[in-house]
Amino acid sequence: MHPFTYTRVDDVAAASAAVTTDVVARAVQTPDDVAFIAGGTTQLDLMRDGVWSPGSLVDISRLPLTDVQVHDGVLVVGATVTMAALARHAAVRDVAVLRDSLLLAASPQLREMATIGGNVLQRTRCRYFRDPTVTQCNKREPGSGCAAIEGTARTHAVLGVDAGCIAVHASDLAVALVALDARVRLSGPGGTRTLPVAELHVRADQDPSRDNVLAAGELITHLEVPLPEARSGYLKVRDRASYEFALTSAAVVARVEDGVLEHIAIGLGGVGSVPWRATRAEAVLRGQRASLALFEEAATAELADAFTVPGTDFKPELARRTLVRQLRDVTEVTA
Amino acid sequence: MSQLPLSVTVNGEPRSVEVDPRRSLLDLLRDTFGLTGTQKGCNQGACGACTVHLDGRRVLSCLTLAAQADGREVTTVEGIGTAGDLHPVQQAFLDCDAFQCGACTAGQVMSAVALLDEPDWETRDDVRELMSGNLCRCGAYPRIVDAVLAARESREA
Repeated sequence: MHPFTYTRVDDVAAASAAVTTDVVARAVQTPDDVAFIAGGTTQLDLMRDGVWSPGSLVDISRLPLTDVQVHDGVLVVGATVTMAALARHAAVRDVAVLRDSLLLAASPQLREMATIGGNVLQRTRCRYFRDPTVTQCNKREPGSGCAAIEGTARTHAVLGVDAGCIAVHASDLAVALVALDARVRLSGPGGTRTLPVAELHVRADQDPSRDNVLAAGELITHLEVPLPEARSGYLKVRDRASYEFALTSAAVVARVEDGVLEHIAIGLGGVGSVPWRATRAEAVLRGQRASLALFEEAATAELADAFTVPGTDFKPELARRTLVRQLRDVTEVTA
Repeated sequence: MSQLPLSVTVNGEPRSVEVDPRRSLLDLLRDTFGLTGTQKGCNQGACGACTVHLDGRRVLSCLTLAAQADGREVTTVEGIGTAGDLHPVQQAFLDCDAFQCGACTAGQVMSAVALLDEPDWETRDDVRELMSGNLCRCGAYPRIVDAVLAARESREA
């Protein structure tokens, strides 16, 4: 592991002031960078593997951002709240999509370590990105190519990607958050701002070398989740029953009144270079009479332009079926 | 690279040392403090053999910087029982024959001890799910589940 200095900060302003580059947004961290560390579960792996080599770490895990509160129907979560703590919170237990996106992710130990802010900003699990001996990686080295295109790509993305990079965003939580119209509160040298989670990440087909839109010194301080007046659920399909990333997943928030889909919001996981908001499927469904045929039509529309390589050929169909099944389960409309 | 001063309570005993910022909590425990009960399996957060408690929560010591444990309480397998006075979870692992080679056992036990204090679980399936962060390459899983359930019963008795 590349040597680094370590400091710990107690307040958000000090954290923000310590980081003067766009390191949080970039896909790689270099010896010139001062970077944040909180739960560390992704950070340490990438540093140990030699993918990241920040010269300095600023520990933000003890910032006073540990509260979970409900204000006017909005769940407000401090960025350093752990996945485990959030999943146990009374207000979360009743929101199936949020609860299950947390509890179906990672392992119990990792959930006790990983923070909400870090989870949303987690980096891709692409094995080629995570292996610095692989020379072709447009994320690590723009213009070098993409080894995954001709490599083993079973877990890679099919939406928001092109031949330049097919890295998947692996967060389950973020998929639920885009379906809940959640927002992140950011704090930086220029002040604070609020951004929809759906606008936080950068698609690989736009710029694989950038993972998100955070400015230099900006950090997530809170998550704002409007609690839905609707049914919801998170379905995760994976290669083993537990402790595994999604091959495909579907977060569905829906309210059916008199047979009509009055509210519908969908996130798809395991398929996108970003937590994927299924706007095409939603456009097919919104305001329409719910039926299995309509669910099929909506899911087909969402996956219509999927970009596949031989290893991910199966994914559009699996994602389509995952979404249809979850639409059925959440709406209880089965014909 | 400069050394960091670090104060940490390990199994109830306050310790002060200087560490390289790169040192993991796992290496601090094993190499600096000689507490080799905690195992280094994968060293990348996949196997759970290095599970310890940090302020009572089960965490992976391989993915925790030693520096991040400053001012906190760490409990390792050496801190929960002794050969003459086993923790109920350790006794249950013996009674249920819940290990073969033993490489994962310290992590399994620490995970199970923490699980006993966690909410919202009841069935065998729940235990399998909530112990899924601890791999056992001998495949002793059914008996590990037996042991966790036995430990819970012995505690409630």
